[in-house]
Amino acid sequence: MSEKILIVDDEPNILMALEFMMKKGGYSVFIARDGSEALEIIKTEAPKVIVLDIMMPEVDGYEVCRFVKDHDTLHNTKVIFLSAKTKEEEIAKGYSVGADLYMTKPFSNRNLMEEVKRLITE
Amino acid sequence: MISSGWLIGFSFLYLALLFVVAWWGERRANRGRSLVNNPYVYALSLAVYCTAWTYYGSVGRAAEDGIEFLTIYLGPTLTVPLWWIVLRKIIRICRTQQITTLADFVSARYGQSLRLSYLTTLVCVLGVLPYIALQLKAIATSFDILSAQQVASVQTPGVYQDTTFYIAIALGIFVILFGSRTLDASDRHEGMVLAVAFESLVKLLAFLIVGIVIVFGVFGGLEEIYGRAAAQPELQRLFVIEDADGFSRWFWMLLISTLAFLFLPRQFQVAVLENTREDHLRKAMWLFPLYLLLINLFVMPIALAGRLTFPLGEVNADTYMLAIPLWAKREGLALLSFLGGISAATSMIIVSTIALSLMISHNVLAPFVLGHVRLKKFLGPYFARILVTSRRVNVVIILLMAYAYYRGVSTTYSLVSIGLISFAAVAQFAPAILGGLYWKEGSKRGAVAGILGGFLVWGYTLVLPTLASKGSMLELVMQDGLFGLQWLNPHGLLGLSSLPPLAHGVFWSLLVNVGLYVGVSMYATRSTQERNQAEIFVDIFRYAGARDTPIGWKGKASVDEIRLLLANFLGRERANQALVHFAHRYRRDWETDPVADAPLVNYAEKLLASAMGTASARVLMRTTLKEEEVSIEEVYDILREAQQLFSVNKELRKKQVELSRATEALQEANNQLKRLSEQKDDFISTVTHEMRTPLTAIRAMVEIVADTPDLQAEERDNFLATIIKETDRMNRLISQVLDLEKLDSGKMSFSLAPVQLHSVFDEVTASMDQLLKEKQVDFSTQVPEQLPALEADRDRLQQVLINLLANAVAAVETKGGKIVFRAEAVGDSMLISVVDNGKGIASEIQPLIFDKFYQAENQTVRKPKGSGLGLAICRRIVDGHGGRIWFDSEPGKGSTFWVQMPLHQTEMTEVR
Repeated sequence: MSEKILIVDDEPNILMALEFMMKKGGYSVFIARDGSEALEIIKTEAPKVIVLDIMMPEVDGYEVCRFVKDHDTLHNTKVIFLSAKTKEEEIAKGYSVGADLYMTKPFSNRNLMEEVKRLITE
Repeated sequence: MISSGWLIGFSFLYLALLFVVAWWGERRANRGRSLVNNPYVYALSLAVYCTAWTYYGSVGRAAEDGIEFLTIYLGPTLTVPLWWIVLRKIIRICRTQQITTLADFVSARYGQSLRLSYLTTLVCVLGVLPYIALQLKAIATSFDILSAQQVASVQTPGVYQDTTFYIAIALGIFVILFGSRTLDASDRHEGMVLAVAFESLVKLLAFLIVGIVIVFGVFGGLEEIYGRAAAQPELQRLFVIEDADGFSRWFWMLLISTLAFLFLPRQFQVAVLENTREDHLRKAMWLFPLYLLLINLFVMPIALAGRLTFPLGEVNADTYMLAIPLWAKREGLALLSFLGGISAATSMIIVSTIALSLMISHNVLAPFVLGHVRLKKFLGPYFARILVTSRRVNVVIILLMAYAYYRGVSTTYSLVSIGLISFAAVAQFAPAILGGLYWKEGSKRGAVAGILGGFLVWGYTLVLPTLASKGSMLELVMQDGLFGLQWLNPHGLLGLSSLPPLAHGVFWSLLVNVGLYVGVSMYATRSTQERNQAEIFVDIFRYAGARDTPIGWKGKASVDEIRLLLANFLGRERANQALVHFAHRYRRDWETDPVADAPLVNYAEKLLASAMGTASARVLMRTTLKEEEVSIEEVYDILREAQQLFSVNKELRKKQVELSRATEALQEANNQLKRLSEQKDDFISTVTHEMRTPLTAIRAMVEIVADTPDLQAEERDNFLATIIKETDRMNRLISQVLDLEKLDSGKMSFSLAPVQLHSVFDEVTASMDQLLKEKQVDFSTQVPEQLPALEADRDRLQQVLINLLANAVAAVETKGGKIVFRAEAVGDSMLISVVDNGKGIASEIQPLIFDKFYQAENQTVRKPKGSGLGLAICRRIVDGHGGRIWFDSEPGKGSTFWVQMPLHQTEMTEVR
């Protein structure tokens, strides 16, 4: 059974590209267009990896990440921030809320796929 | 020989008689039948000039140096004609200025200078004290001689056995009783003056009788005495002025005796202050020289008789007046002679002591107390009593000091030397006083410098040598000069050793004095008060008539204030009396007009001056009544100074305000810059973020297309189309950023032209057609057929409408979305609206939507899609046309954006 991956982004085109890649990589892919949608999916699916944008309407990525890290039942879930925020302090903040990885946009597809794979086998 | 008991009894009997005379004089004066108010008493009182020094010393002097003794009497005699000019002027000044002492006079002339007041008092006390001691010594010596103790073997008795001590005490009581009873020093001491006149009579008669008896009783007449003297060559010498030295001595003696007659405190007291009428001077001008003539008539004969009787050196020549009668066994005559000596000595002591005690209390103590705010406050209420008491205490102190001086120092010097040194001391006042009377430019600084300089030279050349005992440091100074410099020798300054010591001292001290007085005066600036006083003193006869005319009083005071002030120092009764007197005399009605005018203030100041001296009164009036400065120049000076200070202050204040304003402005600018800078940072970070978003999509898709060889054609086309859309998005973003930058910096200008909204709407709809169809939006326009043209920049207006429409499209759901374009003319303006039934705008972000990237406020929650910089640009464009943009929105139900634009642009409206 393939690992569940949740992709969260409010940009439909980015979401589309990510979804295509992950499916191609053989994962079971869930998508969410904002934070609250993501939380719903997380609660029901407990994905292995979440590729998470930060800047989203209403519930932002930090909150989603915190939710994941605050729930023991989700301790296996890895969070990858994928954000256009590239400043050092923004990256630090991303790790401080418990992210397993912080990748900046634009990203390399290959890199992202490798990291997802690494996090899953870890 | 006369028993000392007898002598003591006799002396005190005489003193008792003096008390009676004085008491009688006072009583007559109080009853308004003054005995003193006549020229004979006045002339006799002037004869206080003839002291024991005259009485005993002249004979002694004549016996040793011949007729030179006459100089002391020739001086005043020769200058008698000047009295009418100088003395009368001084008297007039003192009366109009209510001057009570010599120190008062000097200080008043130079603008009520306290420094001069102190200085003059100091010089007088130091100069006259030895002189008083000298009188005590004369009394003691005469006592010793008559009680048969050889002068040479005088055993100085203890103080309590010393008759002189008791005489001094008796004199002190006399002075206290008749010289310092009332506060008002301008009240003349009539009892005292009468007693002094009486004493002058006693000493003259005594001298004449003794002279006559000696010449005609003891000896065989003048012929015999002169004949026998002429036979002795050493006595012949006494009749001639021997050499150049003699002439120079004569000159200096004449000079200082003239000055001393005018300025010795006791002479000033009787001649000026106790003078009742100036007219008395006329008679006194011949009576006084006559008196001098008479009292000197028998000096030479008695001196010669003494020389003929006693071998030189066996009997002190100063005592011939007593020694000859004793030798001739005429005890009665000796007693009379003794009496004459006592009278000469006591009159001098009495008047000098009064004068000095007044000076100390009026010219030192009073101004000192009044000059110190705290002292004044503390002692003020008791001031009158303190002044009277201090005068009495002064009397005692002066007499005690004189007595101490007599016991300590004066026993070693002859009467004459001390007297002459005293003369030289008071001669130091001559330049300041005489100059002050005739030279308006004479200044305070000059007077101080002159008196001080002269006084110091006097001390160095005349007093110092008398203190030089054998083997002391001073003796070395006398021999080798100060610091071994011969030109500093007290008897030969600058090598001028050919003059006799006295002439030398007088010459140098007066030279320094006059030089400093004139020199400093010529360069010193004078206060207005000084100038006023100089004016009054020099031209006293012009001002004297206007005695109560105010000279430069510019203060403000009420009659009651004056009354209170006077009552404090003179007592309430006297103050009231004085005011009633004034009101009556000058016909003032204070009931209706209670403001003190200048004459009243002047009158009050004069009254106070008589109680405490002019300087003190002046200070008191000025401090109490808050007189303003008198001189225009001073006022100008003050004004100028104040003006300068004021303008400097104003300038400073202005600068300060400017600075704080500038600081504020800078701070504001700084804050704005900071805000701008923050905004810029936010803007940049937002722009970069916004640009990365399409870039991210592009890159991801390009990689997919590149890395996925087995990509289906349909998928590939979809990715490529999306890539193109995303690049468009990036391009749009860049254009928007540039537009915003142009609008913000005012670089964008609108090309205005009449615009038909219909055509604009058509174009906008056309450009959005694709999007509308994609979302299947129910789009309609509600625009009247007839719409006035709108004056605007067509392209920019279109940009606004496209933005609004794009936002609306983004807001609505796919299918079911409804958008209406509306326009209507309302008055002078066009009202355009875009209505949608989309999701609406969350209330918390409603205030932010016109800001560029309002995420700056809220970094992680994104605004709805499609509205990037669009609304910010819309607002700037609408604002730039003088219009207004706003919206109504209900979340979940939709939004309406309104744009109101004026139909006509009144002027080219610049974009902010």
